[in-house]
This record gives sequence, C-alpha cells and structure tokens, in this order.
Amino acid sequence: MSKIKLNISRCKGCGYCVAECPRKALSFSGHISDKGYDTVQVDESLCIACGSCYRVCPDSVFEILE
Amino acid sequence: MKLKAPESVFSSASFCPGCGHGLASRLIGEVAEELGIQHSLVTVVDVACCSFNIDYWKFDTIMAAHGRDIPTAVGVKHVRPGSSVLAYMGDGAAYSIGMAETIHAALRNDNICVIVINNSVFGMTGGQMAPTTLPGEKTATSPKGKDPTRYGTLSGVELLKHMDIAYLARGELVGSAGMIKAKKLIKSAFQHQLKGDGFSLVELLSPCPTNLNLPPVKARDFVHNEMTKYFPTGVFIDKGGVE
Amino acid sequence: MAKELMKGNEALAEAAIRAGCRFYSGYPITPQTEILEYLSWRMDEVGGTFVQTESELAGVNMLLGAAAAGARALTSSAGPGFSLKQEGISYLVAADLPAVIIDVMRIGTGLGDIAQGQGDYWQLTRGGGHGDYHTIVLAPASVQENCDMMQVAFQLAEKYRHPVLVASDAAIGQMMEGVELPPMTEHDIDSYDWAVRGCLPGDSPRKIQNTYYTRPDYVEYLREKYASMEANEQRWESYMTEDADVVLVAYGISSRISREAVDMARAQGLKLGLIRPITLWPFPVKAFDACPKAKAFMTVEINILGQMVDDVKLAVSSRCPVGFHGSFFSLPEPEEIIEQAKSLMEKEGI
Repeated sequence: MSKIKLNISRCKGCGYCVAECPRKALSFSGHISDKGYDTVQVDESLCIACGSCYRVCPDSVFEILE
Repeated sequence: MKLKAPESVFSSASFCPGCGHGLASRLIGEVAEELGIQHSLVTVVDVACCSFNIDYWKFDTIMAAHGRDIPTAVGVKHVRPGSSVLAYMGDGAAYSIGMAETIHAALRNDNICVIVINNSVFGMTGGQMAPTTLPGEKTATSPKGKDPTRYGTLSGVELLKHMDIAYLARGELVGSAGMIKAKKLIKSAFQHQLKGDGFSLVELLSPCPTNLNLPPVKARDFVHNEMTKYFPTGVFIDKGGVE
Repeated sequence: MAKELMKGNEALAEAAIRAGCRFYSGYPITPQTEILEYLSWRMDEVGGTFVQTESELAGVNMLLGAAAAGARALTSSAGPGFSLKQEGISYLVAADLPAVIIDVMRIGTGLGDIAQGQGDYWQLTRGGGHGDYHTIVLAPASVQENCDMMQVAFQLAEKYRHPVLVASDAAIGQMMEGVELPPMTEHDIDSYDWAVRGCLPGDSPRKIQNTYYTRPDYVEYLREKYASMEANEQRWESYMTEDADVVLVAYGISSRISREAVDMARAQGLKLGLIRPITLWPFPVKAFDACPKAKAFMTVEINILGQMVDDVKLAVSSRCPVGFHGSFFSLPEPEEIIEQAKSLMEKEGI
C-alpha cells in the first residue's frame, strides 16, 4: 500500500519538499507540467511517511496515507 | 500519521511558486477544522495577494480595503459575536497604511484574530520597500538597499508587546518545525477568541521568492537566517495561558 | 402622537434607532458630533453597538463589516471627514452593500469652517470616491424630515443593496424643532442570505467582494441598477411652479428660505416658484416638466460656485437660462434672493 499520494497538477516546483525531505526521497522529475513547472517525484522505497513534505508544501500537493 | 489538506481550502493556484500565503491559508484551514469553527468562521482578507484566499477558502469571506481589514472584521464580530472572525493581511496593511487600525483595535482589545504575513516587501505591487524591509535590503524602491538613516525597520510585534491584549506571537513559515510551531500559534489565537479574551495577533514571517528575486529555497533561507534577526519568533503575550 | 422638541442631529440618531439600526461607528467632527454623542448611550439602551473609531476611515470600514454581516449600519461625518468616508463608500458600492452615511454639511474647502453650508453637493452626488458610481442622496429640510428620511434611507439601501447618503447641514443639524418620532422597528440580521455568518456544510461560501473583474455581468448589472434608481427614486416638492416666471431650485435649509422668498415676491406681484429636490441624486428632472411658464431658473445654495447649477441646466435642456444665488458664511436672505431673481429677469429680458 502506498504511503504517499501526490496531486502533481498542483506542483509549482518550489523545491521546499526536496530540501526538507530527511530521506532524500523527493527530487525534481525533469518533467515540465502544463503550467511550465519542473515538478517533483517521490521514491517510495525511501519514504518514511514523516509528513515533512506535506507540512512545507504551499500548494497541498501531498497526502500522507498512513 | 495521516495528513491531508483540509476540506476548507480549495487550492492555492494563483500564488507564485514558494509563496508563504499558500502555507498560511492551509494552516488556517487545518486549525479551523481542528477547533470545529469552520462553519461559523468569517474571514476578512486584504487586497492584493491576500485576497486570492477569497477563492481558496470555503469560509464566508469579505474582501476589505487595503489596511482596513481589522475594522471590517471588528464590525462583523460586533454583529455576529457567535462567529469566529479572522483578519488576514500583509505587513504593509498591518504596519503601514493600517497602523492606526492595528494599534486601536489592540487598544480596544477587540475580540478578533489578526494574522499578518510579513514578507518584508509590498508583494502584489512588485516588491517595493515596506516598513518591515531590512536595513540594506534591495527592493524596487530601494534599489541601492534600504538606507537605515532615512527609513527605519519596524517591528509591529514590538509595538504591541506592552498592550493589554489576549495573545501576541510571531512564527516563521519555514521548514517542518516552523510550520508545526506556526500552526500552534494560530490555534492559540483562535482559542483566545473562543474564550472571549480579546485581541490576538500572530505575525508569520513568510517567503516571497518573486519579489526577493531569489529561488524559493533561498527566499526561505532569507526568512530564517536574516528576517529573524530583526523579527525574533516566539510567544510574547498569552493572557491566562492558552498554551 | 405628541410632538417632542429635538435637535436635528439627535433626531437623525433617534430615527436611525427606530429604523432598526443597531450599529454605529464614527469619529467626532463638528457639526455632526451630536449624532455620536446621542448614539453612545442610546445604542446601549437598545442592545446595539456603538464604536468611536480612531478615524473616519476606520469608521466607514467597520460599518462595511457590520453591513456585510447583515446589520442596519450607520456612520456620519461632515465636510472634511466625509471626504475620508469616500474610500469606504466606493467599496460599499463595489461590494453591493447597504448602509447609510450622513453628511452634516459645512462650508468651503478649509479646516475649521464649521458654519452651515452646502459645500458637499458635488462630492455627494458625483460619486465622490474612486471609480464610477452614484449613490442615492436624500436631503432633509427639517428636523421632522430628518426623522422620516432615516427609515426611507435604510429601505432604499436594502432595496438596491447600495449605500444611501443623507445630506443634512449644520443649520438643520443644530436647530431644534417639534417632531413626531416614527415607531420602533426591529431588523433581523438574517433577513438577507448574502450576509456573512459562517458557511454550513453543502452551502457555497458567501463572498463579499469588491473587485469587478471576477464578474463579467457587472457592467450590465450596475447600469440597470442606476437606471432603475433614476426611473423610480426621484423625489421632490414643487411650490407654486405652475404659473411661475422664475423657478427657484433649492434643497435643505436653503429651500426653506427660498419658500419664504416665493411668498414675499408673490406679495409684490413677482411670480416666483420653487422646486425642492429631496433626492439630490437621482436629480428630480421630472419636476421640471411641471413649470410650463418658467422663463428662467435660479438655484439658491450656500456655496461659492453654484454646485447644483449644472444639474438644473441638464434638467431644462438649455431651454431657459439658469442663474445662481450663493451665500457664504451666512444663510441666504429672502430679500437678496428676490433681488437676484429680479436682476436675472432683467438680464434675460423677462
């Protein structure tokens, strides 16, 4: 079961989550969204569902599922 | 721990990447739901960037004239004392054009919550110098850096410290720890209003990457490393001790 | 009902209470301060809210909040203070909010000139704040009308969801006359669904918004609103206009002196008449249809420039000359009005 869900259409690529993630599970994907932003991606194998990304995201991209 | 954006917040689509407003709006939604006041809350938002929240919050909301959020909110609170009332504005509204309104609502100890987003500049108009701009900080109207011999740097919180109000605190919308703390401050402010204690003001230091001309993470670091030197975080008044 | 002797400003305040107004926020300025003083204790008696604010700006914006929350809300000022109210009046218009704002007019553009005057006609009728708008402006001419018009002011404000201005002046504000007070009415703050109160689950949140760009239908909506006001809300009183050669046009305190001038002139065989606009906006252009013999019109005002002259010229479509009798730092005298009317007739060959 997934630990984390990303509503990627909201992502503006600010990078707060990438800087904040204690396990380096988040990174820029290089995929440019419809709005022109380099959006983030998650490596679930590294994610510990700590919620840091949820807390620092200004655009409510993240949902922590467990 | 399950974490999901609050139902009371639609989105934050119009804010620039890394803008602190999206963070503050979400925290307000989370606090409203945790306190169970989301269906009675009335919010008053200032013009410019603050006013985007009128479309993002599922709260009854009034858009106020620049710097007049506080009297507008006080008018609502008198008529609807059963509603929690929030005035949400920037530092220009609270400490420049609306300074008199801020001080006098505190003097009357009006029973409302005020949240001030302090990003050290006038945001929507393009990053001009504000009373909160740091000495030497370059802005659109201080291109060589703010000259401290001509323009001082104002801490609104410092001015309010000695007033007889319910709650006064400053947090920063930076990092996971900063966000957890900021949420606690917002919650305490609303708890004071629910108890009828009077005026609460929470200032939130907030990154404005666009107008600081910095990538978001660097703007965030500016808030944490530079702004806090002039605007220390903490709880300064907590009447009767909600916290 | 027995009459009571009341000061004009106090009558405005008491009439507001009786019209269901339970919120007042304002700032002292002569010659309207009795309204504040009266409401500072009277609001307590009726369970309403009185706030003496730090400025006119705070007063009018607090009024906006109270109006948005559904209260019948009032603020008042005079001359220079009323200029500051204009910020909030523009936003009340933009946000479709009903409220009543009183201007007890004084004279001139200066500070400290607290004498009776009609110096604010332009800033009252022209949309004195930013943007393009109009507001209904009611002009009482007696203490009794001060009482009667507050009820009307709140009714019109709610009918159109629009601020309504009351143009009193220092003379009417300060004079005492016998009045019959209207009965007490109550107002339910939940009367209108648009008033903010908290958004229940399943409801759409209420947005009291003062921007137009989010509402593409706004241009048509506003044009229709103003057209409806112009069609339906013109109020005036005509006195001996049917056979008048020269019709005076005057409102407020000037209209009472002008009426005396009409009587005096008629005793001398000079056929004067009088149109008294009761709404300054919409200007009562319909009143000018009932002056079949008029060869000239003349406004009587307490100001320097004859601020109402343009409105009269528009109303008569240049078919007759329009003169002006102005007084400054004094009330107009009937004899002076008659002399001025005579010289207008002479000049125009009437």
